[in-house]
Amino acid sequence: MREAIIPVDVLVIGAGPAGLAAAIAAKKQGVDSLIVLEREEQPGGILRQCIHNGFGLHRFKEELTGPEYAQRDIDTAYEMGIDIRTGVTVLSVSPEKRITAVSRENGLQVFEAQAIVLAMGCRERPRGALAIPGTRCAGIYSAGTAQKFVNLEGYMPGRKVVILGSGDIGLIMARRMTLQGAKVLACVELMPYSSGLNRNIVQCLQDYNIPLYLSHTVIDIHGRERLTGVTVAQVDENRRPIPGTEMEFACDTLLLSVGLIPENELSAGAGVDLSPVTSGAVVSDTLETSVPGVFACGNVLHVHDLVDHVSNEAFRAGEMAARYARGERRTGREIPVKDGKGVRGVVPQKLMLDDENKGVDLMFRPDRVYRDHYLTVYADGKPLSSVKKMILTPGEMVVQPVNEKMLAACREAKEITVAITEEKAV
Amino acid sequence: MYDILIIGAGVTGCALARHLCHYQGSIAVIERAEDVADGASKANSGIVHAGFDAKPGTKKAYYNVKGAKMYAKLARDLNVPYDPIGALVIGFSDEDRQTIQKLYDQGVKNGVEELRIIEKEEILALEPNTNPDVACALYAPTSAVVSPYEMTIALAYHAAQNGVEFIFNAPVTKIFRESDQWHVITPKGEFTARAIVNCAGLGADELHNMISDQQVRIIPRRGEYYLLDHTVKCPFSRTMFQVPSKMGKGVLISPTAHGNALLGPSAEDIDDGFDTATTRQGLDFVLEKCRLTWPKVNIRPVITTFSGVRAHPDTDDFLIGQVPGAPDGAFEAIGIESPGLSASPAIAEELGDQIAHYLKLPDARLVKPPVPLLKPFAAMTEEERAAACKENPDYGRIVCRCEVITEAEIRDAIRRPVGAKSIDGVKRRTRAGMGRCQGGFCSPRVAEILCEELHVSPLDITKSGGESYLLVGTLNDIAKEARGHA
Repeated sequence: MREAIIPVDVLVIGAGPAGLAAAIAAKKQGVDSLIVLEREEQPGGILRQCIHNGFGLHRFKEELTGPEYAQRDIDTAYEMGIDIRTGVTVLSVSPEKRITAVSRENGLQVFEAQAIVLAMGCRERPRGALAIPGTRCAGIYSAGTAQKFVNLEGYMPGRKVVILGSGDIGLIMARRMTLQGAKVLACVELMPYSSGLNRNIVQCLQDYNIPLYLSHTVIDIHGRERLTGVTVAQVDENRRPIPGTEMEFACDTLLLSVGLIPENELSAGAGVDLSPVTSGAVVSDTLETSVPGVFACGNVLHVHDLVDHVSNEAFRAGEMAARYARGERRTGREIPVKDGKGVRGVVPQKLMLDDENKGVDLMFRPDRVYRDHYLTVYADGKPLSSVKKMILTPGEMVVQPVNEKMLAACREAKEITVAITEEKAV
Repeated sequence: MYDILIIGAGVTGCALARHLCHYQGSIAVIERAEDVADGASKANSGIVHAGFDAKPGTKKAYYNVKGAKMYAKLARDLNVPYDPIGALVIGFSDEDRQTIQKLYDQGVKNGVEELRIIEKEEILALEPNTNPDVACALYAPTSAVVSPYEMTIALAYHAAQNGVEFIFNAPVTKIFRESDQWHVITPKGEFTARAIVNCAGLGADELHNMISDQQVRIIPRRGEYYLLDHTVKCPFSRTMFQVPSKMGKGVLISPTAHGNALLGPSAEDIDDGFDTATTRQGLDFVLEKCRLTWPKVNIRPVITTFSGVRAHPDTDDFLIGQVPGAPDGAFEAIGIESPGLSASPAIAEELGDQIAHYLKLPDARLVKPPVPLLKPFAAMTEEERAAACKENPDYGRIVCRCEVITEAEIRDAIRRPVGAKSIDGVKRRTRAGMGRCQGGFCSPRVAEILCEELHVSPLDITKSGGESYLLVGTLNDIAKEARGHA
């Protein structure tokens, strides 16, 4: 028996901060039929378990907790009458924008959308992906899984904790576990710099006297049934452990905060081109992917540090999806935006040069820490702007606006490049 | 009292239990761990070997070839992932060519069918990612891959459907024969039986030596592996062996029965058979060796590394039959290292018949055919999925995103005979947690379902039994404890 196909103008996959903002923006464009599909039982995404504050400083000019931030968009979405369907998991997306999904209430459903917004977020890199030697005992969690146990379910995963990686969730969990009575022995970071926000290093480690070991890693894991300890060693410039620097930590818990990976399996199934650098879709400044009418935003596109940036990006994706759904197509010349020296994963990777393009934010991460360097945007090797930055670090995404004037100056250009330079480019 | 008590719920013990269902008798399997397939059966290469490796005339050769020929039907009957993909043993030098010729001759003597020695051009046509320096290869089209833990689980499940009892968390502490009965003492109590069968894997020598005056020794030999995500296609479509060394068949690269690429194993004799830790040296060794087969070796899609410990007998051959130097009614199948997985159906058949004959057990009136395992949601067509959701709404809830495993499948894995009791138990029965996120998203939900089905607290849930608890207390418990310390 064939299921009836449900037609929809804009279908948003995911009701985290990106999906919610995209839906709100699409609705504001006057889209009639708009559906948001969310696999969890509630909207809000990962913000639901981020009960710490620090969200919304840019967008709302105040400090909110994760659930408070999410609730503002959830309330707005419901007030606007947006159809958010929770408990629905999308199984596949086809290049023809046919979406299959399942839920307990409705079983298997098939949708056909005019436009799709991909807003599935990201997942944590697990221990297995690092191939850390040792036993495969209980007590090893990604930081986000531990956060879920603590903040949503009210259980402690352990008493004595070592954290590998200094991503933001790991730092937040160092503080959270400490406040709940656990002893956090160390935060161990492979790189010579933290991958987390500086404010989190200060507020989550330094304020609680938790040592941060830079250029160190976990080289062995002990314990047959439950974790009993880890061996930590210093690493050389090639990230290989240095013999003789081993330290033993007796702990029952190892939390991993070693990177986030955009969750793009559905996108790949839809035929969307993915960037090997960001692991997200290759998009134009409209956030449209290589598949016409399929847009991407938030952590599924590239991993952000601040939810405020996610929301802004998603507003644009939602608006563009709505306009696509009602038949608007941009025409103009598209040129690539490329990573120059010191730059990794610039998004968007393409710019459309047309009258409508009034400017765009380029977002990327430096490939290492730079002090007193210049951030330079080139059009065919000719600098459009060159701005001095006191510090650039991989832990903090850089947002570099390209304004209308700069765009006007590259009307004839073949490509745009962003680079980090020692000297001001002239 | 049981007629037969099988000690060890690995693939050999479970296959034996299942075969014994062809007879009338009371049968129990006791197992040290909390689940079946906890030792070598869960962590090996998952290859059903064609049977050219073992020396002609050995038990390994005989049971391997016989067992391998039983596999296709067994896997079909039990609905276990099995794929006869074939295997190549590749050689680079004249010396390798001699070894390959020797393997070919052995294989022919052992009764392996369809063996061929092939040359470079054909090798590269069959497997274009092979090192172009390859000279020749032994091609064994009858070699296959199987999911070893799923095979063990399915064997146990079918045995249980026919009345075999499974007793877990019961390591044998003492065993003796008294007034024509075997007494087996475990922390779970004392069990008695007319006959016992030692299928205890790495603990089998200890058990053997408790009852026999002819001592044996099992040497734990550890092998480490890399497992890559199946979303990245395995670079080889057949099992790629290198020429064997005296430590075993050497490092292989193979698709698993689920389409993941498997790289390994290393081979290292260790003291402690239960030490399944991986090591930097072991993993580096595997990677280095793999370069010979696959020069562009790429482990970026690695989702996990693991190690398994094979039970290497110091005699180098399987020990199967009545326990020599022991009182009556003691049987064994020990030292079942590779090709033990391949041999297990044949060992079960012959040893089972021998034991039944010894006990004069009458034939069973009816052996219940296996209740088929649920078809995985991930393998269903859209129509089948729609129908499954209508039948049972729990199919509409995806728990493991990476492998697309539904709540219906997880609940079934817990409820059915010899069901899952831990996170790893669910994982091995359903694949929930076997994907790229390695349970990051689904393990809290799997724990919740285990609590609901088993009526226990989240604090009781373990990763894999014993003390492998996931959680140590409620927020209040730990906060109070910390205040106490302060």
